[in-house]
Amino acid sequence: MAKELWKGNEAVAEAAVRAGCEAYFGYPITPQTELLEYMSRRMPELGRVFIQAESELAAINMVYGAACTGARVMTSSSSPGVSLMQEGLSYIAGSEVPAVMVDVMRVGPGLGNIQPSQGDYNQLVKFGGHGDFKAICLAPSTVQESVDLTVLAFDLADKYRTLVYVVSDGALGQMMEPAELPPLQLVRKERPGWALTGADHRPKNIITSIYLDPEQMEKLNLRLQAKLAEIRKNEVRWKEYLTEDADLLLVAYGTMGRVCYTAMKQARAKGIKVGLLRPITLWPFPSERIAELADQVHGILTVEMSAGQMVEDVRLYVEGRCPVQFYGRMGGIVPLPDEVLKVIGEMNDELITAEPVEMVAA
Amino acid sequence: MSAQMVREEVVFKRPAPLGQTVTHYCPGCTHGIIHRLVAEVIDELDVAGKTIGVAPVGCAVFAYNYFELDFVESPHGRATAVATGIKRVQPDKVVFTYQGDGDLAAIGTGETVHVAARGENITVVFVNNAVYGMTGGQMAPTTLPGMVTTSSPKGRDVELAGYPLRMSEMLATTSGAAYIVRRSVHDVANIRKTKKALMTAFKVQMQCMGFSMVEILSTCPTNWGIPAGDALKFIEEKMVPYYPLGDYKVHEAVKPLVAH
Repeated sequence: MAKELWKGNEAVAEAAVRAGCEAYFGYPITPQTELLEYMSRRMPELGRVFIQAESELAAINMVYGAACTGARVMTSSSSPGVSLMQEGLSYIAGSEVPAVMVDVMRVGPGLGNIQPSQGDYNQLVKFGGHGDFKAICLAPSTVQESVDLTVLAFDLADKYRTLVYVVSDGALGQMMEPAELPPLQLVRKERPGWALTGADHRPKNIITSIYLDPEQMEKLNLRLQAKLAEIRKNEVRWKEYLTEDADLLLVAYGTMGRVCYTAMKQARAKGIKVGLLRPITLWPFPSERIAELADQVHGILTVEMSAGQMVEDVRLYVEGRCPVQFYGRMGGIVPLPDEVLKVIGEMNDELITAEPVEMVAA
Repeated sequence: MSAQMVREEVVFKRPAPLGQTVTHYCPGCTHGIIHRLVAEVIDELDVAGKTIGVAPVGCAVFAYNYFELDFVESPHGRATAVATGIKRVQPDKVVFTYQGDGDLAAIGTGETVHVAARGENITVVFVNNAVYGMTGGQMAPTTLPGMVTTSSPKGRDVELAGYPLRMSEMLATTSGAAYIVRRSVHDVANIRKTKKALMTAFKVQMQCMGFSMVEILSTCPTNWGIPAGDALKFIEEKMVPYYPLGDYKVHEAVKPLVAH
C-alpha cells in the first residue's frame, strides 16, 4: 500500500476501520468531529454500525453495550467529552470488556478552547474513572503513528480485555501528513465465550461490575491489578533519540515529542549533548528506562502543553537521581523549538557548563 | 390390586427463563410478578436462547440473578444506550431493558427519549412505583404531589419540585415509538393485561417495528410505609388517576400484533 496524504482525525478513523472496528458511537466535539463524520460515511459503506449518539454519555454506554457482545468497538471525543465518559469507562474497566477510546485533547479546564493541549494526561493516564484501574495509553506523534497505534489499540484491548486510549491532540488531529494504511480486516464473526450472544444451549453469561460481598469485590480488583501488572510487564513502548551520549534528556510525547526532536537537533548543532525520550505508552510508562537514563544525564527537561502533568511521573520514576525541570505552555499555545532551545540552553548553563552558549537557532 | 399408569400433565410451572432462585424483593413488591410475566412471554415466544437483558441500578440491579438469560449490568440511567449498543451489533437478538422510575425518568431521561426517537428495536420494561426503592425511599420524578418520601418529608411540593413526569405520554409523541402502553399489576385482571402488553411489545421488537415500552404501575409497600394489600389499593386509587392506564401509541402496523 502506498502513502497517501491524510488528515490526522480521518486517518485514525480509517485505521480503526482497517482494524476491523465493527461499531462506532460518538458525538461531535471540536477538534475531533472529522473522525465522527468520516465514520458516518465509511461505516455504513461497509455495513458496519455507526450512531451519532445524543451525548458522550450515551456514546460511551453504547460502546459498553456493543463491547459486551465481543464486537470491536470504539468512540472518540475531546477533553470535555472525555470527562463525561468517565463513568462509562469505569464500568467498561470493571466489567473487563475490550474497548478503544480516542481523545483528541483540547484546552481546559471547563469549556477551554479548541486549540491543542496535553491537559488530559492525568484524566487518561491516572484513570479518571472511579476506582483502581489504568487504561493502556498510546501516544502517537505523527499521523502515521496515529494509524499504527489505533490498530494496536484494538489488538491490545482484545488481548487483555481492557480499555485502550489513543492520546491525540488538536494539532495531530487536524494536520495532514503522508501515511500508509494497513490492509482491511473484516469484522470478526466469532464471539468470545464470555460475550452476550444469547444463552443458547449454554449457561447464561452475566457481565457486571458489582459484587456486594467485599471479599468477592476484592477478588475482582485483585484480578484487575494482576492484569495491569501483566500489561506493565509486556507492553511498555517508547522511542529514544541520541541518548547514548546525552548530558541532558528531554522527555516529551505527542506533538511536543516532535517539537522537542527539532529542539534536540538544534541543541546538538550548538554542541549540547541533548537526547530525547518519547514515551509511546504513557501507561505503562517507560519508568525503568527513565530511571536508567537519569543515572546517566545531568538533568531532565519535561516539556508539555500543560501546567506539568507527565513531569510528576518523570519525577516519580527518577526518584531524585538527577534534577527534573519542566517547561510548558497552556491555553492552546504550542511551544515551538526555539522556546524549548532557550530552556535547554539555560539548563545547560546551570547544570553542565560555566560558559553560556548562545542559543539562537541557525 | 394392580398398578396403573397414570399420565401426568403439567398444567402450570415456573417458566424456564425464570431461574430457580429466591429473590431479595420485599414482601408485597410487584417486581416478582413482573419478572414472572417477562419470563413467561420470553418462554412462550421461545426466544430465551437469543435474549439479552439489561439490568438497571435500582431494586432490580440483580435481576440477572433471577433470569436464566444473558444479562449486563448498566450504569444508572444508561440501560437504553447499553441496549442500543447490543442491538445494533446483534440485530437478530431480542434485547430488553428493565428499569425503574429513577433509572428511566430521572438520570436516564436523555437516553430514554433518544432510544424512542431513534425507533430502536428494543423493548423497555418500565417499573413505575413513584419512589426510589433501592436507596431507601427518596422522591422520584414520578412521585405524586403531596406524597411523603425521605427527600420530600413534608410531601412533594409542586412549587419546589415540580410535577411528576408522565413518560408514556411523552414518549408516545416520538415517531420512532411503535408501541407505548401503560398497565398495572394491582389485581389479577390487570396482571393479565400487562402480560398481553409485554407479549405485544416483544413481538413489535421481533418484527423490527420500532421502539416498544410497557410502563407498569407497581408497588413499594416498604417505602410507601403501608401494608402490601394497601399498596395495591394505592395504585388503584391514587396512581391510576394520575397515570391513566391505556395505549398511548400503537402504530398502525402494530395493530395486527396486539395480543388479545
